[in-house]
Amino acid sequence: MKNRDREKFPNVLNGIPVIDLESQKFLKVWQGPQHPGVTGNISLEVTLSGDEVVDLKTHVGYLHRGFEKLMERRKYLQCFTIVCRICVPEPDTNEYVFAAATEELAGITIPEKAKWLRTLVLEMARLASFLMWIGGQAGALGMGTIAQWTVAQRDYILDLFEELTGARVYHMYMVPGGVRGDIPDGFIEHVEKVMKGVEKVLYDVEIALLNNAIFKMRAKGLGYISKAMVDEYGIVGPNARAAGLARDIRKDSPYLIYDQLDFNVITGTHSDALERTFVRFREMLQCVSLIRQVINKMPRNGAYYTHIPNPLHWKIPAGETYVRAEASRGEYGYYMVSDGTEYPRRVQVRGPSYTHAIAVLEKLAIGTNLADLAGLMVSLHTCPPEIER
Amino acid sequence: MMKDILKRLTEKFPISEIEEQRANMIFVTMPKINAVQCISYLKQFEGFTHLVMLAAVDYIEDGIFQLTYILHNYELHTDIGIRVQIDRKQPVMESIHTLWAQARTYQQELKEMFGIDFPGSPDIDEPFLLEGWQNIPPMRKDFDTLKYSQETFFPRPGRKHYDPQKYMKEKLYPDKEPE
Repeated sequence: MKNRDREKFPNVLNGIPVIDLESQKFLKVWQGPQHPGVTGNISLEVTLSGDEVVDLKTHVGYLHRGFEKLMERRKYLQCFTIVCRICVPEPDTNEYVFAAATEELAGITIPEKAKWLRTLVLEMARLASFLMWIGGQAGALGMGTIAQWTVAQRDYILDLFEELTGARVYHMYMVPGGVRGDIPDGFIEHVEKVMKGVEKVLYDVEIALLNNAIFKMRAKGLGYISKAMVDEYGIVGPNARAAGLARDIRKDSPYLIYDQLDFNVITGTHSDALERTFVRFREMLQCVSLIRQVINKMPRNGAYYTHIPNPLHWKIPAGETYVRAEASRGEYGYYMVSDGTEYPRRVQVRGPSYTHAIAVLEKLAIGTNLADLAGLMVSLHTCPPEIER
Repeated sequence: MMKDILKRLTEKFPISEIEEQRANMIFVTMPKINAVQCISYLKQFEGFTHLVMLAAVDYIEDGIFQLTYILHNYELHTDIGIRVQIDRKQPVMESIHTLWAQARTYQQELKEMFGIDFPGSPDIDEPFLLEGWQNIPPMRKDFDTLKYSQETFFPRPGRKHYDPQKYMKEKLYPDKEPE
């Protein structure tokens, strides 16, 4: 690469390539808005020189549903039914963070059992989200089969969600004040059965994907994130951990009952797409371990819901807060402002893809091959719905 | 630790209000002119290296926009929220895109959704989510969503409309006399 003749590539002036489209040396290509590996619609405006990306601009706006504005016209419990729709593959983080922010402003403490149940659902959602992601990552780099295996396992987790909450995708389980129901009879055995299946498939994935020579060659060195970039670009979650920074909100400022669980922060060193795959793969195994710990240690009896005032006339005291949780993609947070009425004054969602899919992707894409661009985008675990809310 | 930071901060900047939300989350209010200087100081000297978010709140009754910069310190695991009040009639704020690369996106969104200008921020005038938007910025409190949808979208002809209260009363208690 170093010795390649770069005469035909654009001149770089003050760090920005000078692109003259009139010269006919460059080609503008739109990738998206549909991407098979990404849950949602996002468009990439790519400028190419040959098959090398010289400039990239992310375009969003295909999924804007105005949730933040809708929430200003709805009561707190009505808001709760729409927050889960902000991110499709992992809606539970939205539910938890919204409920936690509301509880903090209203001064409600939830029962111990509710904390365990919330942790169980959050970890199951994280595993489901990762199973969907690894299919996309493998598919984007030419291995469609992996997605067939892992998405099938995700479906079994959705079955568990259906058993526990009554819904497959949007659960609306972690209502402000606790959770909606206790675990049903036989649920623990079903969880164990699904976890065994997941472990078996992950073992297959390890052999087929993580040891695959073509996958390794394509993912190695793709989208390198330096440690200095992490803070400058606000990179969080597995993307930051793959760069060697042990940052995990579950460990750093534990919420729910994460301080009672035994787990380590998984970090990597090389910080490329391959390393991010390894980090997320190990986190999937960690999820399985955490789910087992939760169902084994969870108190069998006790209240799972605390009394809240009549939700139709529930006035939350004035104040503002920011509550965060570790989603599968990184830090997920809600900034909530209450003005003492029944309606929130403002709710803003901070999704990790807001930085990963725009500023970071635009930076990392420069110099990559067009064929690797989809792999790069999926390796950042992009989720466009949380950018637009 | 947080108390030491707050002490140094109050010595250096004219902070008008301090609100301790919880042990690791503090909100401070300061004048518009000192805010970016303070954020830069917190980033460089106090370890608040992570820009969590930049949000705006519309207080239409007071004629102000409140901008909230939430910064996070990874060493102490604490957050600080810098609140700045800007005039609603002249919503202009200094840009922080030189401090964090992702701030550009937040500012672009605030320009579109609230009409708050950040001169010098890259692509600030380009549409972010709403292409070809002609109305006032939609996240402002005086933007009437119902009026906008009635003017922009038209119901399918022949569609019946029920008043929910009446409909439920007829469905559930058809024999009962209306009160």
